[in-house]
Amino acid sequence: MKSRAKAKTKARRGLGRGVALVGAGMSKFGSFPEKAGRDLFFEAFQELRASVDKGLDPEAIEALYLGNYSSDLFEGQGHTAPIIADWLGLTPRSATRIEDACASSGVALRQGVIAIASGLYDVVLVGGVEKMTALPTERVTDVLATGGDALFEIPAGFTFPGFYAAMATAYIHRYGAPLEALMRVGIKNHEHGALNEKAQFNLTIRQIMENKLAKAKAQGRPLPSWADELEFLRDDSANPVIAWPLRLFDCSPISDGAAALLLVAEERAKEFTDEPVYIIGSGQASDGALHSRSELTSIRAAKLAAQEAYAMAGVGPQEIKLAEVHDCFTIAEIIATEDLGFFPPGEGWKAAMEGLTSLRGPKPINPSGGLKAKGHPVGASGAAQVVELWKQLRGQAGPRQVRGEPDLGLAHNVGGTGQTCVVHIFRRG
Amino acid sequence: MATTDRGFTTAAFYKFLDEHKLMGSRCRSCGRLYLPPRPLCPECHSEEMEWAEMSGRGRLLAFTAVYVAPTAMLAAGYGRENPYCVGLVRLEEGPAISAQILGLDPKRPEEIEIGIPLRVAFLERGEGEARRIYLAFQPA
Repeated sequence: MKSRAKAKTKARRGLGRGVALVGAGMSKFGSFPEKAGRDLFFEAFQELRASVDKGLDPEAIEALYLGNYSSDLFEGQGHTAPIIADWLGLTPRSATRIEDACASSGVALRQGVIAIASGLYDVVLVGGVEKMTALPTERVTDVLATGGDALFEIPAGFTFPGFYAAMATAYIHRYGAPLEALMRVGIKNHEHGALNEKAQFNLTIRQIMENKLAKAKAQGRPLPSWADELEFLRDDSANPVIAWPLRLFDCSPISDGAAALLLVAEERAKEFTDEPVYIIGSGQASDGALHSRSELTSIRAAKLAAQEAYAMAGVGPQEIKLAEVHDCFTIAEIIATEDLGFFPPGEGWKAAMEGLTSLRGPKPINPSGGLKAKGHPVGASGAAQVVELWKQLRGQAGPRQVRGEPDLGLAHNVGGTGQTCVVHIFRRG
Repeated sequence: MATTDRGFTTAAFYKFLDEHKLMGSRCRSCGRLYLPPRPLCPECHSEEMEWAEMSGRGRLLAFTAVYVAPTAMLAAGYGRENPYCVGLVRLEEGPAISAQILGLDPKRPEEIEIGIPLRVAFLERGEGEARRIYLAFQPA
């Protein structure tokens, strides 16, 4: 219906100068009643500092770009960027908060890249933070829903899981995908998350199922008769419906967490490490409410952001060795793998069923566990994806290391239902 | 106020709903139709718009049955024991919009078929000052 996108897809553009990632860190993701946003960001910064091979004197940092969705509503704290800057001893340097819903820190990364590429700064701290668990679930549901259209979508009764559930019904109707395909995404991402000590759920779904069985046995309650994970996931009591067809294990959790990245001008990278990771492609696009789109089975902004990033990087989807994609819901990962060109439209669900996207498959997706298992502190998720790529491209991902010394990785971060999407491509130095 | 004097605002859209009218806006320059109404045509950027009443007939594009409800819907009596359907409806005139879908069984969502014909309903929801008419659809 909308043809504007074509007119606005410009020819290939590049950065004014190269940008390197020379350090990265994240807090543990989970529910931490004792930690405020600033405490979480400090934890991420500590790991970042330790990750800079030749050391980081924080005095070298010239600016902060911080992704944060809604500290205002989650923590009663607006104006978060200077608070974090002060906490890290970075004032009076410029500190800027970026809000683009769940894509906040992916966009903060892009702003950091632009700031360095422009020549304004040489050394920039980028990150994201969200402290979500202080509110009860129904209030978190309200806050997340404000990422949609408060005048036309929310009054209809849409929730965030509801939006993606609607996309799932459209996808299933169009392509005939079984619900098992969604479950396979959750099972796979939990298997990856089980290998990530930073993950909120570092347990497989089978382990979660077995823990529930053991608990029932210990308490002398009747034992459920789940034969395997799929039966567990189909059980209304074990895996209740949130917004049909999405159940609890189709949804990323409510999380606290932070992630931090250190970007420097390419010519200064060697001051910090002999093994930098270069940011070779960056793309971003926007869109209107879900009901305004001509298609519900793909996210236009994701396709356009990917096109821009691939063109800048001079690589195509088949060359990408691994990707961290925005699996806020299981259906979102399936759609993402199509929007990014890894699989043709309507084929992403088959790839999920066949295990093509698992850690040892030909196209590993979300080796970190993704938003599903690692956790989704919304404003931190985009930066946390890049923390995983930093480790993977440097061969430091431990038990979940993608084999074959991957040289190209991609991060796909979506805000809302795809009103914002930002894609970055990274190359091992 | 006469229909044609109203600005193409959200308030005007909801005022029309109070009058049981589903109103969009049409671009006088390129003829495209928008629901919700817009003051500026995003296709040709013209600001010459006119009100256009919709037939209220459409088809279900996508839907969900919400079991974990936001506070406004909890206050309206919905929740895990009383889920509700919400969806996207493509009007026969072309545009699509988000709305609560009545008359379908949210406890048997697997039986709901995409593409079924729907017609507009004007739903009163909320208490006291917050009580107002919301856009909804039901099977035609």
